[in-house]
Amino acid sequence: MAAAALLRRIPAARAPPTALMAARTISDSTAPLTIETSVPFTSHIVDPPSRDVTTTPAELLTFFRDMSLMRRMEIAADSLYKAKLIRGFCHLYDGQEAVAVGMEAAITRSDSIITAYRDHCIYLARGGDLVSAFAELMGRQAGCSRGKGGSMHFYKKDANFYGGHGIVGAQVPLGCGLAFAQKYRKEETATFALYGDGAANQGQLFEALNISALWKLPSILVCENNHYGMGTAEWRAAKSPAYYKRGDYVPGLKVDGMDVLAVKQACKFAKEHAVANGPIVLEMDTYRYHGHSMSDPGSTYRTRDEISGVRQERDPIERVRKLILAHDLATPAELKDTEKEIRKEVDDAIAKAKESPMPDTSELFTNVFVKGFGVESFGADRKELRATLP
Amino acid sequence: MMCSIQITKGLLDKYGPDRVLDTPITEAGFTGIAVGAAYQGLRPVVEFMTFNFSMQAIDHIINSAAKSNYMSAGQISVPIVFRGPNGAAAGVGAQHSQCYAAWYAHVPGLKVLAPYSAEDARGLLKSAIRDPDPVVFLENELLYGESFPISAEVLDSSFSLPIGKAKIEREGKDITITAYSKMVGYALQAAEILSKEGISAEVINLRSIRPLDRAAINASVRKTNRLVTLEEGFPQHGVGSEICMSVVEESFEYLDAPVERIAGADVPMPYAANLERMAVPQVDDIVRAAKRACYRAAPMAATA
Repeated sequence: MAAAALLRRIPAARAPPTALMAARTISDSTAPLTIETSVPFTSHIVDPPSRDVTTTPAELLTFFRDMSLMRRMEIAADSLYKAKLIRGFCHLYDGQEAVAVGMEAAITRSDSIITAYRDHCIYLARGGDLVSAFAELMGRQAGCSRGKGGSMHFYKKDANFYGGHGIVGAQVPLGCGLAFAQKYRKEETATFALYGDGAANQGQLFEALNISALWKLPSILVCENNHYGMGTAEWRAAKSPAYYKRGDYVPGLKVDGMDVLAVKQACKFAKEHAVANGPIVLEMDTYRYHGHSMSDPGSTYRTRDEISGVRQERDPIERVRKLILAHDLATPAELKDTEKEIRKEVDDAIAKAKESPMPDTSELFTNVFVKGFGVESFGADRKELRATLP
Repeated sequence: MMCSIQITKGLLDKYGPDRVLDTPITEAGFTGIAVGAAYQGLRPVVEFMTFNFSMQAIDHIINSAAKSNYMSAGQISVPIVFRGPNGAAAGVGAQHSQCYAAWYAHVPGLKVLAPYSAEDARGLLKSAIRDPDPVVFLENELLYGESFPISAEVLDSSFSLPIGKAKIEREGKDITITAYSKMVGYALQAAEILSKEGISAEVINLRSIRPLDRAAINASVRKTNRLVTLEEGFPQHGVGSEICMSVVEESFEYLDAPVERIAGADVPMPYAANLERMAVPQVDDIVRAAKRACYRAAPMAATA
């Protein structure tokens, strides 16, 4: 044990060859490491941050683990949906993990995040657990919204995650409202309001940006540009698909959304900017492997070559794996072990979630109001089913 | 937010620019921002210049505000008030005259209030702001200019009125007239006229459209056995329809006559003064409907 601990303190670059390497465990070193982003940042009316990102071996391994967990969760959700355990809408995030993970690494739980309906992984990034995620997807009591919300309505208020919204674009003014409250309370925190390339054309976005700029709110508008708004390619929906420039008088940054370190750097930069100067737009160039939702095969408006091309060239998890191996922070076998652990974690969580019962029928009438004054609410046949709201 | 018609006069001086904000004329944007601030626990009061413009923001009122507490199983509550003038003013035409009581009261998760008198305005607004749920507060532009007698109790800073409770503005024995907002004044005028013809009308000022005070309405109808519902808004699927159904469900055997309904005309509001007068209930209409409800059964016996 002592030997292993000693070995961990040897920075990877100085590690002596093979004999000792075989005994080395996965690095949890917090010694700083500087890595260049895949591409430089492109900016609009602001000086971009540096391409050199400071990280640590421990952080990179956390990135690998967190993104792999998200990936596995979404793939498992796909199977559950096909098994009809998840009903209605199910919008999967696999491919986009670097945005959720990179953002979280740059901020604190006092900062706020709000997003649209592709929210499972943001929930996890904010500290949500697998069991409550799967249980919510399956409409069970142990769900994060006690089964009453569903896939599109995950929230975690104690971690300042405000959902989970089904109406395209609505989350952006709401996010600027969160920023308003942060400024009102002089908190020196910021809000990240995530939206897609489809929502980027919504009028209410520009209304909210205008007010944010006038009032210097710490709003960070993050366009997760996966290039397709449902089934419509960005160039067919937006006269100007340079989303980072759409803020006009508001500065913007274009970021490789498949590079978790670039995301982290951009979000750190954006938070500092927003708290000091007001709103900023981030465009994350990202990609979703699944269709828009489980009802969409995702291949009628994109070629399979395109999808597999991105998977080969730009997959966020593979990118971090390569970095870890290149810097000798873990062996391929160790990373495979991590992935095996994650699979088991996900499988166990699903099993546990399946044990959770459906909500009690009385839950039909709970939470309509915070304060109901004892008024009545009714079922379909009010002579058969009525309840007093507390 | 959104200063208009001097309702917020003096507030800026009293509370400062951090708390009283003028917004651009972008309802979807500023309403969404207000709801987001409420998610974080602030208590915004959003002013719409008139509720006609609330339609630009209705998605935020309903999907972002009304439903959030339910969808999040109680995690995200929304202590917000949306207020402003509702219904017809004078000569402002079709796009500026609609009554939204029925639309907003349709939605579970919202509370909808409609003050009539100065006492109502003061007491209900205070309760609305203190309430932890989203409240739609429907004022009336023509009522802003009307004066009402007020007691010292009402002027006290702690005065508030409960949400969900109607007020019997005038007690009566022969017929119940339900009304809200400006129509309460018309109903009271009609009651005066009816009393001279030997019909004693009980006028209920609903105050709360959602929750509706079904208990008070039904208790009154069980006493009088006749009902006229009165509202300014469009008739189809209106507030009166809900009141009628409530009475049919709970007090059918007590009705001595079919329920009568007086509402705005089933047309977009015209501009010409004579047509506009025809499009909104007048006191004559209320009196006529009340008499119809009274003469369908046996002639009025001795009103003990």
